[in-house]
Amino acid sequence: MLNFQRFWALLYARNLEFVRDRASLSWNLLFPVLLIAGFAVVFSEENKTLYKMGVYGETPQEWQSLKHVSVVTYDDIEDGLGQIKRHQLDVFVAPETAEYWINPHAPNGYIMEKVLLGMTPNVINQWQRKEVEGQALRYVDWVLPGILGMNMMFSCLFGVGYVIVRYRKNGVLKRLKATPLMAYEFLSAQVISRLMLTLSVSALLFIACDWLFNFFMLGSYWLLLLVGMLGATSMISLGLLVASRTRSEELAGGLLNIVSWPMMFLSEVWFSLEGAPEWLTAFSQVFPLTHMIQAARDIMINGAGFIDLLWPLSMMIGMTLIFLCAGGYWFRWDQD
Amino acid sequence: MDSVLEVQALTKHYPDVKAVDGVSFSIPEGICFGLLGPNGAGKTTCIEMMEGITKPTSGTILYRGKPLDRAYSQKVGIQFQHTALQDYLTVKECLKLFASFYEHHVDTDELIALCALDEFINRDNRKLSGGQKQRLLLAIALVNDPDLLFLDEPTTGLDPQARHNFWKLVDRIKAQGKSIVLTTHYMDEAETLCDDIVIMDKGQVMVRGTPDSLLEQNFSSAMIRLPQSSGIQALSNFPYEVIQFQDKYEFSVDHVDRAIATLIAENIPLEGLNIEKPNLEDLFLKLTGHSLRA
Repeated sequence: MLNFQRFWALLYARNLEFVRDRASLSWNLLFPVLLIAGFAVVFSEENKTLYKMGVYGETPQEWQSLKHVSVVTYDDIEDGLGQIKRHQLDVFVAPETAEYWINPHAPNGYIMEKVLLGMTPNVINQWQRKEVEGQALRYVDWVLPGILGMNMMFSCLFGVGYVIVRYRKNGVLKRLKATPLMAYEFLSAQVISRLMLTLSVSALLFIACDWLFNFFMLGSYWLLLLVGMLGATSMISLGLLVASRTRSEELAGGLLNIVSWPMMFLSEVWFSLEGAPEWLTAFSQVFPLTHMIQAARDIMINGAGFIDLLWPLSMMIGMTLIFLCAGGYWFRWDQD
Repeated sequence: MDSVLEVQALTKHYPDVKAVDGVSFSIPEGICFGLLGPNGAGKTTCIEMMEGITKPTSGTILYRGKPLDRAYSQKVGIQFQHTALQDYLTVKECLKLFASFYEHHVDTDELIALCALDEFINRDNRKLSGGQKQRLLLAIALVNDPDLLFLDEPTTGLDPQARHNFWKLVDRIKAQGKSIVLTTHYMDEAETLCDDIVIMDKGQVMVRGTPDSLLEQNFSSAMIRLPQSSGIQALSNFPYEVIQFQDKYEFSVDHVDRAIATLIAENIPLEGLNIEKPNLEDLFLKLTGHSLRA
């Protein structure tokens, strides 16, 4: 049974440590804001050099060789329409039904419409033109959930993993082992403390960024909080697993980097994997960050509901359980 | 006197070394029991098995006649040789944190007074001096009012004044009737604090007894030391057994006057002569042929 007196005392002590570590706290708050501000400035001007065409169903061979046009295939027509709505596609075409959609407010849509009709002179009269309207999605709107997610990932992995290894190395864990404290009481306090701190910091950043950039938020804040909680818990659990019996901070740093860098590049923090090889997209599903960022974007940009997010939510819960069980099983207090 | 702790045929083997090799002894209630030996003798491994921190390879440890169980950690207090506390916590917060781990704990104000922590009670534990840190660690070891207290080399690295202050503190704890197990490689510390000692070397117990009885059994009343330049080692019919001690030669005697008369008769220069009462350091040298600090 969890002894709540011990649990609360440890939770309080860990929170004090975090709040009093001013340098680390400031960095946790400032770094993502600076990063997002930097991206907002860099990408404030539309500097795309490519046109983007979405295709529902089979893509005609000759379209694939078009220069300066990136062709992306969609299995779900709603996904393509959502992209048109947010100006993420210039034209969306369904060749089988001879339909195409453009956003009348997107300048590139007009050009791509002309290109499409120019490419198909024989069937020009058969195309049905449809319009989808919606506010343009800026890169900053798209990248913000990624950067907040990345910040949470570093905070969860290093804030728990690295700290536990340091505690093990300098003898704090050995001292705690000599008390009646149980390993699960200690680990629970670490998880909950980091979860509270990560969510508080992320909420503050969310509010600050919203004030600065007035970004997209179409879905439910409660659902976004749930996604943040599950995502953070799964990554904290991953941090615990890495730290379960690692003895040196150097090794822990290396292992945490091995885990965090692929997530940073393959979990769609900076760029979308749309159009990437299928195996890469499939591989990215092994990372908890992928599910958290995809779910958060779905809520914020597309207004997705709970049912739409069953897959990423279950994946995050599943990963949390696996990481926690393995981490708890492997955990050792001291270096023996 | 009943035993508070009993150790039977205790061993701890690591892949490349036998750290503790068949150690047995019992610790009577209410005394300060010293575990002495040079670095690497197996003291810390032995005490950590007694604390329940390290699992023995074989052997038995009985607390009040029963094997160690989960409740054991509620009844003992431990001060490790090297330990750190959570960063950024003040002395008072550390005491409160550790107090929360136990079913029963003493009033923190009492501990603050006992261990003289009040002058730095609100200071970050990382900013304490060596002596202050050891007093805090001792207070933490006492937070659950243990009846058995383990102190593993508690004064290593402290200046002489801090060590003497710490000894006074241990004396006050002894006066409360608590049993103490102390490891040290400072012989003056063992002689001052311990009622009963075991000297260990290479993972084994070499000798056991009170400091006075051990010295009485192994030495005459005084040690006489002379520099190597005295030429004493060259005497063939000298009536005392001369052994080398660091850069000097020494021998033990029952009657100092007679020994000095012999030295004069043999024309040995008395310049640099030292007369000392034998101590545990001398005992260890005699038993093993090497110094305790080696």
